[in-house]
Amino acid sequence: MLYRENGQFKTNYRADQQIFPILQDRIGIAIVLLIAFVLVPLTAPEYLLRAILIPFLILSLAALGLNILVGYCGQISLGTGAFMAVGAYAAYNFQARIDGFPLLLSLLCGGLCATLVGVAFGIPSLRIKGLYLAVATLAAQFFVDWAFLRIKWLTNDSTSGSVSVAGLQIFGLRIESPEQKYLFCLAIVAVFALGAKNLVRGAIGREWMAIRDMDVAASVIGIRPMYAKLTAFAVSSFIVGVAGALWGFVYLGTWEPAAFSIDRSFQLLFMVIIGGLGSIMGSFFGAAFIVVLPIVLDNLPYWFGIPVDTALASHLTFMIFGSLIVFFLIVEPHGIARLWSTAKEKLRLWPFPH
Amino acid sequence: MKISSIALAAVALLAAGGACAQSKEQFFPLLVYRTGPYAPNGTPWADGKQDYLKMINARDGGINGVKITYEECETGYATDKGVECYERLKGKGASLFDPQSTGITFALTDKAPADKIPLLTLGYGLAASQDGSIFKWNFPLMGSYWTAADVLIQHIGKREGGLDKLKGKKIALVYHDSPYGKEPIPMLEERSKMHGFELIKIPVTAPGVEQKSAWLQVRQQRPDYVLLWGWGVMNSAALKEAQATGYPRDKMYGVWWSGAEPDVKDVGEGAAGYNALNLNTAGTQPKVIQDIIKFVYDKGQGTGPQAEVGSVLYTRGVVIQALGVEAVRRAQERFGKGKVMTGEQVRWGLENLALDQKRLDALGLSGVIRPISTSCVDHMGSSWVRVQTWDGAKWSFSSDWYQADDQIIKPMVRSAAEKWAGDKKISKRTPEDCQS
Repeated sequence: MLYRENGQFKTNYRADQQIFPILQDRIGIAIVLLIAFVLVPLTAPEYLLRAILIPFLILSLAALGLNILVGYCGQISLGTGAFMAVGAYAAYNFQARIDGFPLLLSLLCGGLCATLVGVAFGIPSLRIKGLYLAVATLAAQFFVDWAFLRIKWLTNDSTSGSVSVAGLQIFGLRIESPEQKYLFCLAIVAVFALGAKNLVRGAIGREWMAIRDMDVAASVIGIRPMYAKLTAFAVSSFIVGVAGALWGFVYLGTWEPAAFSIDRSFQLLFMVIIGGLGSIMGSFFGAAFIVVLPIVLDNLPYWFGIPVDTALASHLTFMIFGSLIVFFLIVEPHGIARLWSTAKEKLRLWPFPH
Repeated sequence: MKISSIALAAVALLAAGGACAQSKEQFFPLLVYRTGPYAPNGTPWADGKQDYLKMINARDGGINGVKITYEECETGYATDKGVECYERLKGKGASLFDPQSTGITFALTDKAPADKIPLLTLGYGLAASQDGSIFKWNFPLMGSYWTAADVLIQHIGKREGGLDKLKGKKIALVYHDSPYGKEPIPMLEERSKMHGFELIKIPVTAPGVEQKSAWLQVRQQRPDYVLLWGWGVMNSAALKEAQATGYPRDKMYGVWWSGAEPDVKDVGEGAAGYNALNLNTAGTQPKVIQDIIKFVYDKGQGTGPQAEVGSVLYTRGVVIQALGVEAVRRAQERFGKGKVMTGEQVRWGLENLALDQKRLDALGLSGVIRPISTSCVDHMGSSWVRVQTWDGAKWSFSSDWYQADDQIIKPMVRSAAEKWAGDKKISKRTPEDCQS
């Protein structure tokens, strides 16, 4: 009834091609942005900002990057943690070695370094596909782990192998309070999400999807597989690298290679699969599911005042979380994003379904 | 009239009492790990921490009448989860954290000063944080990895008949490849330069279940001694590999995190002769452990199985919590007895701990640890430690007390702390700051 596009006529191509062609969607996204940028920083308690929203935003960004590679271009990657690590350590090196290097620039440089590494490890994708490629990208994970553990230069000769950053500031404005950190992450995530959405709607996104759906057919109609695959690796690693830098700089502050271990790679891949392959929105759903749900489950006994043994609570969290993953994959193999679009379809007909 | 006024007074008293009882609670956050590859060692530690608080509540009714509340949060030894737990428990009125992990300590070291919550890292954490004039909020009480490495070399030197006899010897460090395992390296390198022994660094990828290649290196290089810097499953795996490789266990020395029952129990006879540093005694004889059994376990309120009460890491948990509680008590002496202490006040308490033998006896800790007193400059308080040896069934002491060599440690700590301060743009604390 409320969500209906009847009467919204498009009189030019521009109107037809916009990201949200339906008025209600535009209003909805404006409200979401308003809440995220204004209401949340004003009202959210510190714990919600620091421990839930900031990691959620950063991992959403990483999932978004991975979704471009896996969801849009069909190249399975298990090296996401590695590309995050490259982004984080490269950004750290720019900050630590060059005095007064701007924060935003070092994040972007971190992303660029991740791009280079990503493209290098993407080269095998020209020859191998599917699960075999996953194994090849796994090499990136192990190589990068090894490099940051053993090559002392990369960690600025830190004795313990852990690096840390302090005194973040942007344009002379210090980023210290949880609200500032949250807004900083949110702004970056919003910009990247918009950029990614436009990329996948454009020519290059169509090339990626063509390669994903059938690479032989795509090359027959004139899409160069090498160009399409390597750009997907490049764009994906860039976004993932920036997310890694944010993870180190804003969330952890001090980190070691274990922060970007193979577990992180798997976690991100699950986010993308559960959230919805080939959907920008799905990356956010997936991140919310994987980041927020375990914390909520973990907190449940305390909220209800039920005394539960810590070990039991964390085992229960694992079990419930695991069964929910299985449940979602059975009920909706295309991810939460598909559930969302099904809901929207239904809403259009509501309250008079055929 | 009279009756009503008495009733009124009683109501007022009750209300005040009720209000006081509600607000007079000192909250202790407990960061623990009871799951994952480090659980065998993390669990007794966590049990000790919690049982001590239960005992203080049951025996003394809290700290000078301030009841203790606590809540656990499972970190799984992972830094990101630890940060989440820290944020969660911080909001509930935490005034002191024991992160139970070097990696988490590193991440919290940046956050603690802003939140004004001290970190108690007994025997672990950042070695340079011993310097209280720069690390205002860190308290690596009783020892750091540098003091541990220093004492191990002293002990090996003594065994060889003098530190000069170490010349030309090979000493291998088999370490957990994480900040925890890497911390002792600068100290060992310094000592290796001084005495002319060769230091072979053999990293083991965390969590350390797979160590074949590390022990292949040991077999190839034949070091005279092996220093073991493991945690969790890595320790028992290393001892099994040493047995398989045929490396003499009595030439192996572990840090105090590699010298508990879970590390050697599974290996049993195979680990006989293995040595490790010992920060605190084990066993159920100390009065504090007896009190825990009497006030907590006999009432069926124990956190873990009673069989583990008094084990090495359990006792360490008790010692850590006892020092934390004493810091609160010390702070109360200055800021008001029977009041709830804030993070800043507990920090003062930690910085002004003065536990002499008499006080330790009163706490039931006689024989468990040695007297400890901290100051503004020295956040460690004491570096006394002994070596213990596993005979196949139990740990027993095999050396005298050692103390880290200040002549070597002090300059290293100073330069590391100054480098840290330079990197982080922190200024050194002023003498006035020390007074407050």
